[in-house]
Amino acid sequence: MSGTVRLAAPAGSPEVRQAESGKGAIEIQGFDFWYGRNHVLHDITASVPPRAITAFIGPSGCGKSTLLRSINRMNDLVPDARHTGDIEVFGRSVYAPGTDLVELRRRVGMVFQRPNPFPKSIFDNVAYGPRINGLCPANELPARVEKALRQAALWEEVRDRLHQPGTSLSGGQQQRLCIARALANDPEILLLDEPCSALDPIATQRIEELLVELKEQYTIVIVTHNLQQAARIADYTAFLYLGTLIEFAPSHDLFTRPRDPRTEAYITGRFG
Amino acid sequence: MNRRLRRRLLSGAFIAATALAAVLVLLPLVLILFDLVARGASSLNLEFFIRNPRAPGQPGGGVANAIVGTLIIVGTAAAIGLPLGIGAGVYLAEFGHGKMGWLVRFVADVLNGTPSIVIGVFVWTWMVRPMGHFSALAGAVALAVLMIPMVTRTTEEIVRLVPGALREAALALGYPRWRAALSVVVRTAWPGIVTGALVGVARIAGETAPLLFTALGNLNFKTDLLEPMQTLSLQIYVYATGPFAEWHRLAWGAALVLMMMVLVLGLLARYVSRTRFSGGR
Repeated sequence: MSGTVRLAAPAGSPEVRQAESGKGAIEIQGFDFWYGRNHVLHDITASVPPRAITAFIGPSGCGKSTLLRSINRMNDLVPDARHTGDIEVFGRSVYAPGTDLVELRRRVGMVFQRPNPFPKSIFDNVAYGPRINGLCPANELPARVEKALRQAALWEEVRDRLHQPGTSLSGGQQQRLCIARALANDPEILLLDEPCSALDPIATQRIEELLVELKEQYTIVIVTHNLQQAARIADYTAFLYLGTLIEFAPSHDLFTRPRDPRTEAYITGRFG
Repeated sequence: MNRRLRRRLLSGAFIAATALAAVLVLLPLVLILFDLVARGASSLNLEFFIRNPRAPGQPGGGVANAIVGTLIIVGTAAAIGLPLGIGAGVYLAEFGHGKMGWLVRFVADVLNGTPSIVIGVFVWTWMVRPMGHFSALAGAVALAVLMIPMVTRTTEEIVRLVPGALREAALALGYPRWRAALSVVVRTAWPGIVTGALVGVARIAGETAPLLFTALGNLNFKTDLLEPMQTLSLQIYVYATGPFAEWHRLAWGAALVLMMMVLVLGLLARYVSRTRFSGGR
């Protein structure tokens, strides 16, 4: 498909230099995806740079969530799903036979559209990943939980009630709890699937500020319906339309000088 | 104006109809309870609970053997049936999408509709006859067979109610499929599963037909699973159809006790289900 546009990196930010120096954190190579007979992704090729925020945008049903969920293989559970092509995370194919799914999902954390804390205490929610993955001895668990909650900017709000249920928090707090839960696993990449769509503007702003802080340490990919959000926080933006990657460029370029007329039509609100 | 009046009339009529249905549903239960208390309460004294039945026609005596027998047989049935039923239910909800799941679901539904006396005859054929004698164990197995499909289906329904988002959250943290199912999905659904299990136990506690050819009944106090054993339901069956007024009195008392046991299980189920999905530890 001619619509795939490689990242054209203008000299400048450290992220871009890092991206130029080697491969991206996530390399999507000629990736096609089907749900049964429904061909939802067409020959996607893209390179997601490390330690930056990359946004996937596009109208509903364009395949952006499917692409995101292909990176940590959450689509494995869908019956009749199949793919061709490959996705590499830090140089290693995630679809190669013998891939350790547990290890992959530890390194590639995910936050979902609706906050989905476990019906357990705040502490246990965050400690869940480290416990199963054996990341630290039990006596270091509290420190690890605190660190993750601090990173997610939630610590001050919950430090006195770590043993109350996670479901007792407000929606925005729950979503930050889910981010803390993902961070406690010590991931390298954080995938977020429309993390703010169920939140009010103030909670959304907190999450956005948090993501901008987190990109210093993590590679972040966010699917969003909110174009302003992509423009505000994403360093790079990929526009998908009908399962095809139309354009992938630094956000500033994509939003001010889109190369493809379809991108322009979408970001100026002519469809979507 | 006309239309508004019509709407109000319709609305009133439907509310009245549903209220009537609710009252009609409650009526038999209230009547039964009232009747049981009226006729059975006078039989309940200490002797009733600690003595065994006397010889036919003699006054006094109790149903201690039947109360203990009911507890033993229903308890054994639960010990056999609940793990199998809950396990199968979790399997169906979490992994039962293929042919195997279809088959298990089909068998459970057919078994659910099988008359309980048929299950009694079945267990008689495959357990009582080869063993050469009636036994409490055979009775417990019959009750377990009766309970398993019920528990399986309710467990499946409850586990299906757990939001898929929780399953995904666990998988995204690196949980293997089976562990996500057990530690997140089943744990979340647990109060509901327990409620279903208690309802299942309550449902079999009063069964008589499957016990006729299996546990048989016993006038003496027995605790050996390999011997025939009395239960409250069997006792009621024999005493209520017997010729003596004293037996009838004991049957009413036994019926009241059985009803109370089931009621307690029901209340317990209600209490547990209130905590569903509420979180915490």
